[in-house]
Amino acid sequence: MTNPAFRLNGKPISLAGDDPGESLLRWLNRHGSHGTKEGCADGDCGACTVAMIGSDVEGSRRFRAVNSCLLPIGSVSGRDIVTVEYLADGDSLHPVQQAMVECSGSQCGYCTPGFVMSLFAGYSNGELDDHTTEGNLCRCTGYLPIRRVTERLRSGKPAPGRLESMLDSAGPAASESVGARFFNPAELATAIELKQRYPQAQWIAGATDLGVELSHGKRRDAIFIALDRIDQLKGIVIDDDTVTIGAGVPLSVVESELGAKIPALCEMLRWFAARQIKNRATFGGNLGTASPIGDLLPILLAFDGTIHLHGPRGERVVAANDFFIDYRETARSDDELIVAVRLPLSTHRNATYKVAKRQSDDISIVAAVFAMSVDSERRVEHVRLAFGGVAAKPLRALSTEAYLLGRELDQATLERAAEMLGEEFNPMSDHRASADYRRALCANLFARFVAEHFA
Amino acid sequence: MSRRPIERHESALGHVSGRAIYTDEQHAPSGMLSVWPVQSPHAHARILRVDARRARGMPGVHAVLTAADIPGENDTGPIVHDEPLIAADHVQFHGQAVAWVVADDEALAMAAAATVEVDYEALPVCLNIADAIACASFHLPPARVERGEVEASLSSAVHRLRGELDIGGQDHFYLETQASWAQIDSEGLVQVTSSTQHPTETQVIVARVLGLPSNRVVCRSLRMGGGFGGKETQANPYAAVAALAAHVTRRPVRIKLSRGIDMQMTGKRHPFFARYEVGFDDHGMLEAMKIALFADGGWSIDLSPPVLMRAMVHVDNAYYCPNIEIEGLIAKTNLPSNTAFRGFGGPQGMLVGEEIIDRIARHLGLAPEIVRERNFYSEGGSPARNITPYGQTIRDNPIPELWQQLKSSSDFDARRVAIATFNASHAHAKRGIAITPVKFGISFNKVEYNQAGALVHIYTDGSVQLNHGGTEMGQGLHSKMLAVASRTLGISVDHIQIMVTSTDKVPNTSATAASSGSDLNGHAVKAACETLLSRLASVAAERLECSAEEIVFADDQVHDSNSPGRKLDFAEVVQAAYSARVSLSATGYYRTPGLSWNPNTGKGQPFYYFACGAAVSEVEVCGYTGVHRLMRVDILHDVGDSLIEAIDRGQIEGGFVQGLGWLTCEELRWSDAGKLLTDAPSTYKIPTNGEVPEDFRVDLFKRRQAPEAQVIFGSKAVGEPPLMLAMSVREALREAVAAFGNAREVALASPATPESIFNAIESVRARESRMRSMNDQVVPS
Repeated sequence: MTNPAFRLNGKPISLAGDDPGESLLRWLNRHGSHGTKEGCADGDCGACTVAMIGSDVEGSRRFRAVNSCLLPIGSVSGRDIVTVEYLADGDSLHPVQQAMVECSGSQCGYCTPGFVMSLFAGYSNGELDDHTTEGNLCRCTGYLPIRRVTERLRSGKPAPGRLESMLDSAGPAASESVGARFFNPAELATAIELKQRYPQAQWIAGATDLGVELSHGKRRDAIFIALDRIDQLKGIVIDDDTVTIGAGVPLSVVESELGAKIPALCEMLRWFAARQIKNRATFGGNLGTASPIGDLLPILLAFDGTIHLHGPRGERVVAANDFFIDYRETARSDDELIVAVRLPLSTHRNATYKVAKRQSDDISIVAAVFAMSVDSERRVEHVRLAFGGVAAKPLRALSTEAYLLGRELDQATLERAAEMLGEEFNPMSDHRASADYRRALCANLFARFVAEHFA
Repeated sequence: MSRRPIERHESALGHVSGRAIYTDEQHAPSGMLSVWPVQSPHAHARILRVDARRARGMPGVHAVLTAADIPGENDTGPIVHDEPLIAADHVQFHGQAVAWVVADDEALAMAAAATVEVDYEALPVCLNIADAIACASFHLPPARVERGEVEASLSSAVHRLRGELDIGGQDHFYLETQASWAQIDSEGLVQVTSSTQHPTETQVIVARVLGLPSNRVVCRSLRMGGGFGGKETQANPYAAVAALAAHVTRRPVRIKLSRGIDMQMTGKRHPFFARYEVGFDDHGMLEAMKIALFADGGWSIDLSPPVLMRAMVHVDNAYYCPNIEIEGLIAKTNLPSNTAFRGFGGPQGMLVGEEIIDRIARHLGLAPEIVRERNFYSEGGSPARNITPYGQTIRDNPIPELWQQLKSSSDFDARRVAIATFNASHAHAKRGIAITPVKFGISFNKVEYNQAGALVHIYTDGSVQLNHGGTEMGQGLHSKMLAVASRTLGISVDHIQIMVTSTDKVPNTSATAASSGSDLNGHAVKAACETLLSRLASVAAERLECSAEEIVFADDQVHDSNSPGRKLDFAEVVQAAYSARVSLSATGYYRTPGLSWNPNTGKGQPFYYFACGAAVSEVEVCGYTGVHRLMRVDILHDVGDSLIEAIDRGQIEGGFVQGLGWLTCEELRWSDAGKLLTDAPSTYKIPTNGEVPEDFRVDLFKRRQAPEAQVIFGSKAVGEPPLMLAMSVREALREAVAAFGNAREVALASPATPESIFNAIESVRARESRMRSMNDQVVPS
């Protein structure tokens, strides 16, 4: 076992003897670094945001804002992390910090380091808009000064300096394991072998779901096989009629690479989660945890996507419709790994809708993805009506689809379809919404889709 | 004047660089321990047995604190002693602590807490106001505010409406959760550092729990990572737990609640329920109101009586009603004890008032803003029309003028016309616009809290230490106090060091609350500085050979106003004063003049003045989903002569967005067993920048005459009032919902979540179709 280490603000730090399941946030605070704050330890408030150097699809390096509360230090091994303390050069503030001071971007100041780090990553990458800080909660300012800061920084350009030069000097993250129970394989085959050797081991991708449990002190004894440095999982291949997305591509990369190609996917990703989460979360992870409210899953259903699995018995392909079995249960067997998803480029009209209590960065009450075509007489030729949040797993409205197929899309058909959609599922009432509201949304979102695309 | 006036938050550099230190980020003393609670899984139960033997035997565990370990009184109630620190016989809400484990670190304490066995006998639970009304579970006898002949006026009124309104609570969601450190010092004193808005009360309650006189406890408050009222009383129990643990173990102890535990254990903005009856004429003029307000107090009394009273004296908002009767009751429920939250009941009271005004307007088919302005308090006309139900005459009322200015600057009338056109051509999307006023009373209702102290030291090099009784929670109080000291002493803020708030510097302070921090402490700071100046002036006069009255302090220098050419450095005068054996340390004290309040009659002059503003909001609502978009906000607010404009604007913008959250996306949900289901930011949604409109315009009202009230340098309180400007969003939503159908009444739940708005749309649509079918029956075909 080599000596695991990471670079914190340019300095190599050994992780030997550390608990790989401890969050980077806890680790930093325990080592007296208090600029990075704990506001929730859930990945929702962004006060713990740090910048991690990562690669985009072309392999060029950039700073990415990530939630340090969700990042087990096992995943940090071999990587470069920058925290708020390192931005200022002595007494000379970084332009992001200077703008925050001048625009009165802080009141109580507790969320401020997180905002500074999100803005720093955005500034460094030339990606500055309202979404840059959407994963940062502020309870004092009402965000208006933050918006002024963002606006002001948009005209600036990062000057070459010690921070930018870190991008050049950063090597690829090594595949050192941390302790005997956090493996960071660089090859798919190694990952599969490790899983055979440790059948009880847990796959871990961006750790945006599992990281919440770790952050709350659960599953700390588990063995982990991390998938975030396997290049074979990181490709995006665009053919004439399909797109294949590696299971390990961060969703922020999917969003920027495929935005123009698949607007419905891009629209869902826009509301999917905040930037810090999308910088770590992956298609593989969203499918693997198979939450009934995983927002990407209805997309696969509506687009007739396929899921590509790899395991000791080789590769196999499962249709999205066959993939989800029950609550957080899928067709993937425990020793298999999701390597990619393939989406046919839909020739049908399609759209994505997500309704939540708060429209940005919230878990869906109902998510819906529709794809439909009609012939010259408005008879339905193809229809997929996929929903999340209505059952223990994401579902297509198969009865309504069957009813619509071949029918003319007239008022009577639409009324009957809406009625059927209102009855097709048996959603639950919970703290997000009532079952009645969810049923009404199923019908109304389809009505809206027809009004917007088949008027 | 100083050379460099302070323009922004004094800690801004520390905030952006990560160097600003909060309570749990201080350098830990060696041997520091952490704690974790053993929480009740029942909302109401009898405790039969607590067995902590296993936990006590675990390595690294130093103590398991139960009620039996408390040397003083097992109580942290701020007004009434009804709040055990550690439950002894009964648990009264889900998540209440029955024991606290003290261990080497938090993970160990948490693991040990899980091994503590507790047997409970579950008891019936009361989880909301409706339950409490059904079983008559109330904390105290009803409170009343009344004027005129209500019953007679109601029965003689041309129009009469009745209604009910449920108003949801709100979690403070300060980014820094409750935190305290405690240790026993060399003299056996208990030294507490707490993220508290009320260090004196924290000191008093720690002393009460430990059975010590107050002079054996010192409480300091560093900067807080947000307070909003949530650390006015509710910091006390956690400071007391840390102090108790330090007392028992003789080791330093830290506590910082996890977000989940903070949300489960601490109180929130009170949910309210209101029943009302209103009588009015054909023009929408109020004639009589009869209102019953029920506040959900939770398991203990905490600050519920003054919160309820503030709600009762804010139902009127900016409107005159000649005959009025308001009765208030505090529901006793098995929930965490609800507490102060920015506005302190005022927002809930005002929401009821605005609900009533809207009912009147829609009933009569009048525009709501017309009914609002017709009912304004006014200084012209009958003098009675300018007196509140509790008997206070409103002076300096800027609302009528401010209202017209805002209507004009926001282009209100033209936008209303444009919206009607938009709505006529869109079946599934409707827009709405509304303007609402805010009139918020400034001063603590309880007269004795309206006092403050300061302590200013000048050192022989001319540098100054500034202590005052207020706490810094992000609102910029320290910055404003620096501005006051700098303006008064005529020296740059660079020479003034603001000190952390500490009970051994300024004793017997009031909570930093009720928007009063700058008003009260500002006057105290000014008084201390003026005492020092008068001493220094005599010294300078001797040197400059003039009279002390002619001495001017400005720009770090001192001169004779008759011969401004000859100047002494401030530091030079200070050194001379020291040499002449003149004291360079002074206290300052202030009490707000002219206040009175009789809680038994509900009458008095409880407020020194009113802080006022108004806002216009425009929204678009989706008829398919009930999702809305806030499109534009215009605010005009009266802060008087702002001490620091950037800070006041920050309070206005931030207060509005916090109110927006309360009224739209922030929803507290509890299980049938009384467990909080929304105890994390994944389930409890405060606004993000996505909820804030691009088009957001804030202006500060420029008044024509100087106010009568002698406020500090002419500035007005700004902490709470802007929160209530967000009522304009709720009313704009209602206006948009009304456009979907028959709008004679729009019942909109609060918070107006997408589901609430959707239900409101469905109900106006249903009323519309009922009306249509009735008309179809009447009109022969």
